[in-house]
Amino acid sequence: MDLFLSALDILMRWDVALALLVGSVGGVLIGAIPGVGPAVAIAILLPATFSMDPIVGLTVLLGIYGSSMYGGSIPAILINTPGTAVNALTTYDGYPMTARGEPRRALSLAYSSSFFGGIFSVICLILFAPVLARIAPMFGSREIFLAALLGIILVVVAHRGQALMAGALAAFGIFLQTIGMEPVKYSQRYTFDQPFLQGGINLIVVVLGLFALSQAFVLLTAEDERIRTTRLSGGSLFQGMRELLRHPRVASVSAGFGVIMGMIPGVGEFTAQFMSYTYAQRTSKRPEDFGRGASEGLIAAETANNAVPAAAMVPLLALGIPGEALTAMMLSVFYVHNVVPGPGLFQNDMDFVVALYLALLILNVLVLAFLLVATKSLIQVVRIPNRFLGVCILTLSFVGVYSLRNSATDCMLAAVFGVLGYILKRLSLPAVPIILGMVLGGIMEVKLRAGMARVKTPLDMIDRPVSFILFLIIILVLATQIRRVWLDRRDLKEAEWQSNHRSTSFGRLLLRRKSSFLMERGKLQRARRLTWYRRLMDLF
Amino acid sequence: MATERERRFAGPRRGQLGFALGFVALSLLLLLLIGDQTIWAAKTRFFAQPRFWPAVGLGGMVLMGGLHLYRLPWRRFNVNDRTELRRWALVLEYSGWFMGYVLLVPVLGYLPVTLAFVPLLARRMGYRSRLMMGASIIFAVVVVVLFKSFLGVKIPGGAIYEYLPGALRSFFILNL
Repeated sequence: MDLFLSALDILMRWDVALALLVGSVGGVLIGAIPGVGPAVAIAILLPATFSMDPIVGLTVLLGIYGSSMYGGSIPAILINTPGTAVNALTTYDGYPMTARGEPRRALSLAYSSSFFGGIFSVICLILFAPVLARIAPMFGSREIFLAALLGIILVVVAHRGQALMAGALAAFGIFLQTIGMEPVKYSQRYTFDQPFLQGGINLIVVVLGLFALSQAFVLLTAEDERIRTTRLSGGSLFQGMRELLRHPRVASVSAGFGVIMGMIPGVGEFTAQFMSYTYAQRTSKRPEDFGRGASEGLIAAETANNAVPAAAMVPLLALGIPGEALTAMMLSVFYVHNVVPGPGLFQNDMDFVVALYLALLILNVLVLAFLLVATKSLIQVVRIPNRFLGVCILTLSFVGVYSLRNSATDCMLAAVFGVLGYILKRLSLPAVPIILGMVLGGIMEVKLRAGMARVKTPLDMIDRPVSFILFLIIILVLATQIRRVWLDRRDLKEAEWQSNHRSTSFGRLLLRRKSSFLMERGKLQRARRLTWYRRLMDLF
Repeated sequence: MATERERRFAGPRRGQLGFALGFVALSLLLLLLIGDQTIWAAKTRFFAQPRFWPAVGLGGMVLMGGLHLYRLPWRRFNVNDRTELRRWALVLEYSGWFMGYVLLVPVLGYLPVTLAFVPLLARRMGYRSRLMMGASIIFAVVVVVLFKSFLGVKIPGGAIYEYLPGALRSFFILNL
């Protein structure tokens, strides 16, 4: 109880209240505009939060992260365009509901499901916090190194069909963080005697380039779309909660998936949504309705994605390891304020951790209240033309990069990463492994150096229970990936063989004929045929 | 007709070969420079060497980028690749706009440059209506007031503000 009261005490400030309000309203607005997304907004606002207290800055960023998915469901349901990437599954059942004249019911259901997912995950994590506080101190340098390595491996293998390039981009991230002055031997690494590279490449410069500037370039080079908004009709905005209560099993299982997947680095919303949706469809009495406006499908998708943000904070707060790009950006807020997330934070500042979760809880209530009142006006923001949005993001990106160190060189580097991010987007390649490679690569370098100081033989690296479990998980993940690649390859070979209309190559045909002639069975066949031939000839 | 391997490739064909080739070539070049750009410290353990992590990063880039290139279903450039390269070059214009904005702010000041930049770029994007021009100007003012005056982010005052009279000068440098 004391912990709860001291956490509330941290939140009882006017600037935290303002941060909650700005985060919730801003996040919903950003989510509702297709083409912006929380990553762009967080990247731009990151330097502005450095001058704030850690709790205020993190509340704004968490607010944007958590509430953008609420906003993202609006265009997904009304115009079949997801506001944020994770709302893609919402369009499957949300838009068909709109098409049959029930947009208000669909929105209400999406809001209620998101609210349930958000509240469920925060309550789970508040209850789970004492267990985490007990487990977190078991993580020493070796364990954190192995956890970071596992995080990178998971991020890479999560990109199915692109794992090689995702791995190469993660390695690029690891290389980027090594540029500059090496902190132990004070030697230069890949600075090419350029003063601007001696301090290294700032993570925020890369983040702003890869997420904000690249998105501005995408929008500036795209065409404006004609968007027809739908009039809100069909049911009330308050009926969703009643409908949600009729499906408690789907809602709680989906929220559970969200919490578990959110905690695993590199997995996140997409896997949680996919698993929840598949579960809901398999256990439904009317699976044929999925994709045609099934309320259970909408509940599964929205509950799962909103349960992730709170859970994604667990590896960041407990181990200092971000599992995805957004939490990687938040890590820099901690570093700027000299607060080191990790086992120490759970031991010494548990009230700060609980305060963050309480902020998320309040935020969910604020967002739901805001949406129930302002949905009608919010629909208008989807009408902002794409290219004008591009102009706005380019202007805002300047604030993000230039306010860091007032350096034109940083801006030039950000522009270079912006072009790289644009190319990656055009090629449908992921930019997230670069960011996680940079962050986790830095952590791995420090922790491996510290951990190896006490290691005599390679087996000492895994002689503690947690490190051994982590090592086993790494082996398991790698083995699963190898098996998956092998199965994919076999499947491809089969498909190629089936779609191959040519019999085979002529050389191989001759080779097979030759082998057939030389084989014992071939000789026997020929002898038999010869016998029949002789008998046939004897007839004449 | 596309082969099974091409159909199963995640992502579009255009530009993939060029990007993969460029990525591997750059990685190889950087890896060749490792002896020159990093040091091997004496009496230091292998994992603590300053060269170790750049080697891990660049080794990974070369190995996985090379395997990606090897596994690509295409070995030749076609007309779509060339069009895609031109499309990549198009964004250099917007990078130029961005860098121009960056270089002019310390000279002419944040508010004047933003007030000119946003409407000009909006015009370049094809918006001519009064509504959009008005929206551009309002957006420019809101950004400057929100970030510099209200949130106090570190953006220096323009050199041109030095010519303003006393009180106005410090107000402009601090807020606009």
